[in-house]
Amino acid sequence: MTVLLAFTAAALFGIGTWLLLQRRLTRIIIGLGLVSHGTNILLITSGGRGGIPPLIGSGDEADFADPLPQALALTAIVITFGVTAFLLAMAYRSWQLTHDDLVADDIEDRLIATRRRLSRDLADAQLADLEHSADSADDDDLYDIESIPSPRPGPERPYDGGEP
Amino acid sequence: MNALIPFPIIAPLFAAGVSIIFSRSRRAQRAISVAALSTVVAASVALLVRADTDAVVTTQAGGWPAPLGISLVVDRLSGIMLVVSSLMLVLVLLFAIGQRDVEVQHSAFHPTYLVLAAGIAASFITGDLFNLFVAFETMLAASYVLMTLGGRQDQVRSGMTYVVISLLASTLFITALALIYAATGTVNMADLSERMPELSSGVRTGFSLLLIVVFGVKAGLFPLFFWLPDSYPTAPGPVTAIFAALLTKVGVYAIIRTQLLLFPLDSRQGTILLVVAALTMLVGVVGALAQDEIKRILSFHIVGQIGYMIFGLGLLSVAGVTAVVFYIIQTVLVKTNLFLVAGLVDRHAGSSRLSEIGGLVRTAPVIAAFFALPALSLAGIPPSSGFVGKLALLDAGVSIEQWPIVVVALVVSLLTLYSMTKLWSGVFWGEAEEERPHREEHRDHWWLMMSATGATVALSVAYVVWAGPIYELAARAGADLLDPSLYAEAVLGANR
Repeated sequence: MTVLLAFTAAALFGIGTWLLLQRRLTRIIIGLGLVSHGTNILLITSGGRGGIPPLIGSGDEADFADPLPQALALTAIVITFGVTAFLLAMAYRSWQLTHDDLVADDIEDRLIATRRRLSRDLADAQLADLEHSADSADDDDLYDIESIPSPRPGPERPYDGGEP
Repeated sequence: MNALIPFPIIAPLFAAGVSIIFSRSRRAQRAISVAALSTVVAASVALLVRADTDAVVTTQAGGWPAPLGISLVVDRLSGIMLVVSSLMLVLVLLFAIGQRDVEVQHSAFHPTYLVLAAGIAASFITGDLFNLFVAFETMLAASYVLMTLGGRQDQVRSGMTYVVISLLASTLFITALALIYAATGTVNMADLSERMPELSSGVRTGFSLLLIVVFGVKAGLFPLFFWLPDSYPTAPGPVTAIFAALLTKVGVYAIIRTQLLLFPLDSRQGTILLVVAALTMLVGVVGALAQDEIKRILSFHIVGQIGYMIFGLGLLSVAGVTAVVFYIIQTVLVKTNLFLVAGLVDRHAGSSRLSEIGGLVRTAPVIAAFFALPALSLAGIPPSSGFVGKLALLDAGVSIEQWPIVVVALVVSLLTLYSMTKLWSGVFWGEAEEERPHREEHRDHWWLMMSATGATVALSVAYVVWAGPIYELAARAGADLLDPSLYAEAVLGANR
């Protein structure tokens, strides 16, 4: 039984890790779910052999199952459940905003990379020229600093005073 | 007196509940948060004083005896961390109250902030490895919400990275717990510290490395740091400040606690830690040089600073650990300070990109003054608090002749200074950019934001002035940490 559980945990870890390395959010979330199931099985297995329910007076104490890992697994399940729910809510919000399921690139990193390329390839005069032309030519977004949204666009709605 | 130990956990949690009831009145929520966190400061100071006289103060949750129930333990290190973190939580809270921004004034801000405070306190107080996991999760769950309060696209994008990597680290933590439980049959840290030596050294090294990876993700160690500079800057200003100041330090605390308490000193682990420390320092500072946005520059410096702490720990000597304890306190102060200043700059100039702002030394001289001191401190220029901390670390390194890491630490210090000069000339010197549309929609309470930032500056000045007594306290904490039997006896003592 323990060997079977160990193999199950290993399979869950393996598949989960593979899914985690994907770029689609839904797959990442499912992957996390599988990995955490794998851990919970591992946690249960760490209690040793199964046995009868550990209620005082219900039987010989030597036959009792170890209740501690079960309690720990329960706690872990609840926590992962909550965080996964939060992740799903965030994935939904992300879909609302971008209509896509892909994890996006870091804007700031791209901005720095773009800058470096600009300073290497072009003189300052050409830079101004390019920024101007990039405003009209939208297919060349690599050189188009202006089209990359600022990471801090400011409040979306005016401050409402905070009080009801 | 020992009944006071759970107070820093229970009070903020209770206040969070009350805060939700009053979610319609921002004024009531502010009062509740300030009251709860101020009493936590008082309780933490009382606990530290008590821990400093008795070395280790313990209580058993629910009255269950030690290895069975959950032990709550305050020793000198956790006492120090409690005091520092609760102070910073109050100051950043005041700053957040002053910042009249939609995100910070959201009705969920105060309850979540209080839960974060409870999670941080619980991580410092708990004496049980599984409970440490729960404390981490409490803290992280609150931090997920705080980071994405605005629900903006960039917040959701970077928040996603943050949540996924944290959840993965937590899953690894449970894996480590399961394996440790299977090998030893306990998750009580005091009990573990006595049973761990019975295991074979290979198994022990495995556990030790697994825990370093788990907490390394939270602390931002090389090569597990990449999520940090990406995700922290998108959160609202005060939230970034508290994350920068405390969350990574909780990870460092957990590394120190588990490595020194659970595992017998082993020079192999020490070498691994030193190599990781050197790489973390280098990556942090080199990453900072490439960035353009203030909060991102500072976030890379968080990573660099973590390297210094692990450097001290990797020396595995009393002097090294003492220096780490001393260094953590000053980094928390300096980091809070710098990020609050970044928040002020952002609110004042309407942007936090070096290429978009400038000349603040003329338009906002007070902000410039508030920045200058912690910046010098970060680089370790005498007589700042950073100098004292780095001196202690380097001294510990030199005394056991770990030359390579000492050289790396010095080079990184120099690069940090360069990075800070770049920040200074970009933000405060130069021509003021054309008038940006700033502060029109802001109804910030500047006096409150300024005095909160000023208080952190004053604290780091006070830190230098009282460096002597604080260093002695750190030395006592360091000596305790290298003698795990003290901790184990205090926790298990009653029933043996």
